[in-house]
Amino acid sequence: MKIVVCIKQVPDTNEVKLDPKTNRLIRDGVPSIINHDDKSGIEAALRLREKVGGTVTVVCMGPPQADVALREALAMGCDEAHLLSAREFGGSDTCATAIIISAALKKIGYDIVITGRQAIDGDTAQVGPQIAENLGIPQVSYTEELGIDGDVLTVKRQYEDRHHIIEVKTPCLLTALQELAEPRYMHAGGIIDAYEKEIKVWGFDDLKNDLNPDHIGLNGSPTKVVTSFGKMAKGAGTKLEVSPDEAVAAIIAKMEERHII
Amino acid sequence: MSKDLYVIAEQRDGEIAKVTMELLGEATKLAAELDEKVIGVLMGDKIKDKAQEMIEAGADKVVVVEDPMLAEYVTEPYTKALTKLIKEYDPNIVLFGATAIGRDLAPRVAARIHTGLTADCTHLDIDMEKYFEFLKATSTADTESIEKRLGMDDKTLKMTRPAFGGNVMATIRCADHRPQMATVRPGVMKKIDPQPGKKGEVEELKVEFGPEDMNVKIKEVVRDTKKAVDITEAKVLVSGGRGIGSADYYKELQKVADLLGGEISSSRANVDAGWIEKSRQVGQTGKTVRPELYMACGISGAIQHIAGMESSECVIAINKNDTAAIFDVADLGIVGDVKVIIPKLIEALEKYKAENN
Amino acid sequence: MDFKLSKTHLLQQEMYRRFAENEVKPLAEEMDETEVFNQDLLAKMHKYGLMGIPYSKEYGGVGGDYLSYVLCMEEISKADASTGITISVHTSLCCSCIDSFGTEEQKQKFLRPLVDGSKTGCFGLTEPNAGSDAAGQQTKAAYDEAKDEYVINGTKIFTTNSGFADTFVVFAMTDKSKGTKGISAFVVERDMPGVTVGENIRRMGIRAASNCEVAYENVRVPAANRLGKEGQGFKIAMKALDGGRIGIAAQSVGIAQGALEEALKYVKERKQFGKSIAKFQTTQFKAADMQTKIDAARLLTYRAAVTKDNGENYGPAAAMAKLFASSVANEVCRECVQLMGGYGYCREYPVERALRDAKITEIYEGTSEVMKMVISGSMKIV
Repeated sequence: MKIVVCIKQVPDTNEVKLDPKTNRLIRDGVPSIINHDDKSGIEAALRLREKVGGTVTVVCMGPPQADVALREALAMGCDEAHLLSAREFGGSDTCATAIIISAALKKIGYDIVITGRQAIDGDTAQVGPQIAENLGIPQVSYTEELGIDGDVLTVKRQYEDRHHIIEVKTPCLLTALQELAEPRYMHAGGIIDAYEKEIKVWGFDDLKNDLNPDHIGLNGSPTKVVTSFGKMAKGAGTKLEVSPDEAVAAIIAKMEERHII
Repeated sequence: MSKDLYVIAEQRDGEIAKVTMELLGEATKLAAELDEKVIGVLMGDKIKDKAQEMIEAGADKVVVVEDPMLAEYVTEPYTKALTKLIKEYDPNIVLFGATAIGRDLAPRVAARIHTGLTADCTHLDIDMEKYFEFLKATSTADTESIEKRLGMDDKTLKMTRPAFGGNVMATIRCADHRPQMATVRPGVMKKIDPQPGKKGEVEELKVEFGPEDMNVKIKEVVRDTKKAVDITEAKVLVSGGRGIGSADYYKELQKVADLLGGEISSSRANVDAGWIEKSRQVGQTGKTVRPELYMACGISGAIQHIAGMESSECVIAINKNDTAAIFDVADLGIVGDVKVIIPKLIEALEKYKAENN
Repeated sequence: MDFKLSKTHLLQQEMYRRFAENEVKPLAEEMDETEVFNQDLLAKMHKYGLMGIPYSKEYGGVGGDYLSYVLCMEEISKADASTGITISVHTSLCCSCIDSFGTEEQKQKFLRPLVDGSKTGCFGLTEPNAGSDAAGQQTKAAYDEAKDEYVINGTKIFTTNSGFADTFVVFAMTDKSKGTKGISAFVVERDMPGVTVGENIRRMGIRAASNCEVAYENVRVPAANRLGKEGQGFKIAMKALDGGRIGIAAQSVGIAQGALEEALKYVKERKQFGKSIAKFQTTQFKAADMQTKIDAARLLTYRAAVTKDNGENYGPAAAMAKLFASSVANEVCRECVQLMGGYGYCREYPVERALRDAKITEIYEGTSEVMKMVISGSMKIV
């Protein structure tokens, strides 16, 4: 069984701030991490491998600095790692990103592809399903539990008010929820091994036969950012010393304004 | 030419989800700015009679796709149906709820027809002036540079959404591909008052399904019972401090929380006093929370407490002491007795719910 | 001269930090209160390689170097010094004796399970009447030629990890007339008849560490369990302690840095006289002094580790690192408690524990006075 996990290196969003003057992200000193859902995907893949054998391959699209995310995945126990990195890939939206990753996956090969449900920087949840579409394989997103028997996966698929227990045959793609599997730590010795392994880097030339240059990168992306901005700083707020009925009316009005009710 | 706004209904067990009504409300507003129509899309099995609900909520027309294969949501049959619909009808805009269904279906469809998709939007604009009004009221964005690039006559959909865990907002456009597609966060848009008896066209679209379209097998559909409590996940927290007087009063706060779909939480003092379990403690030695609404009831606002809740999107504080520190971080501060306000609030919320459902 | 950690070291540091934050820190207060080391935590430390860092993969270890081990000690001790010493005694005292002086057979038999995550080790040198004067050993090992066994009798005190360790490296007199040259080292297994582990000794700090008196009564140990030659024990112990001291220096750096971080978190939030106390220059200057001292201690500690990794004579560097870092740990923790005032003195805040934990670093694995003996000795003043 060849299990491929697609991961993204993201800034730890709890610490990301916007420069109020330039409206640019302040990335200095913000640690980069493997996206949480993706890390659960890695764990789920490792557990599948423990059950049925095979290999776990990890794939990341990003700048050369994303190397460390792949090393971390190797140190958790993944077998091999691929970095998709090229200037031509820069600025891709989810559609273009999925096209690039799909092209690489066709070359790398797969039985099961696992992605995180969504990344904490973009929060789109789109790349997984779009990869599945490009590869022409079934997807099951929002995977909360996972079992395997031969080439059939049993997935507990989460919805807001229910679950589906779904059977799907390989090849297929799953998107992992963070609760799918509590990720293990890197093993201290795994870190040393990880740096002895080679990470295969795929540039534009390596994938160009499978890529339409008009469909990738900033220019090939259907969606483009008009502007990004910070929310206005919070005002002092209102303090009311009024009758209880007026107070309750003010509370209800505030709840309406904030779409709580 | 691509035209009209299509709202993809979300239905489970034949019931249309609230978010669909919200989308129809928003689409009605946007359609007026574009001078286009709102088309509802209803996919399911034996679902046609629900079309009228969509018409009353704002749709000018509803396209229905019926098939037993669409009874329970499965990605491929729904993708096939919607792709066919988009190819035949050529919409300008397609809106989905940013739900576990919408966020599975929309990207798959967008990839199949190769168009842009913006996820989890919280604000939509067509008209540039209205867009700038919104930006000026809520943000630090530079409208001048946007005007230079887009002009004031731009009629594309400006899709605004949070990124980086809500620290940053971004507006996204899909200028060169149609349809322009977005998933929209539930609870954000406003539905319009239903118009009973409103007339609208209901059209059926026939989609041929074969067994190969059901590429996964649903073994079981499990309807969920309530999950274990994690206050960091709650959208609304009703939090009690010493001012609530006794452990028993949490029952009243629980009523407020239930009415708002939230959870109760606590200051440290009450946890130490054994009034409530430690897992519900907010603050430096408890949990850090950032709900959409944090209601601080009888909490004075020790710095250790504030450290755990100051990133909440909205804070309403009720406290007898008008100099309580909690008022410094509150969007709305009520100087008054929790025990007087809360019963009246419960009453008011019950009334509000009865009137609005 | 390169002051940058390698990529491998950086990623290890990150891993140790995450482990400390998520696994150790949440347990620290409770373990301190109950004076019991959490065995699930111990199992996880084994699972992720934290108990075998500077040992070769050939024996199931992590294959890291001493600097890796120091990074681990620092990060773990930031969260909890008791967990730090649990790793330290196992790694740099128990395992190192076997690694440095064991035969290939002994390494396969004893070192492998200790570093591959199966077993925990401890180190029995100190006796009620032999502390800094380790030569005053009263525990005896008599050779029984007929059975090719030694019979060990005596009592060791302050044996860290002894409450749950499987493997004990024990020092005993094989020839009292030879003084330090009459001491030998043995690997004793917990389940050997005659080994009795007493109650945990109640202490001021590092209360979660297991620290018991261990009695050896006619414990029969095969001669194959003797490390090195007869009479080499003192040398083995001193070499282990030289390395161990680097670990304690790292522990001290961790305790100090952890306390400072907690205190800084607090001063940003605490308001007095109308502003956060972080805004007072006295607070800022105190923080600057503390961080400078901690960094100096860290540099000494890393230097000692790298010296050892380079195969050079590291004894004096290790002693300097421990002497200075332990002093800094005590000073910084005292200052942090002072900075936090009444809250700093409360058990709810971890600096209170850090101050109690810090004191031992000036005492164990050679007191500060012994460190000065080692350092001044290397200076050849007389």
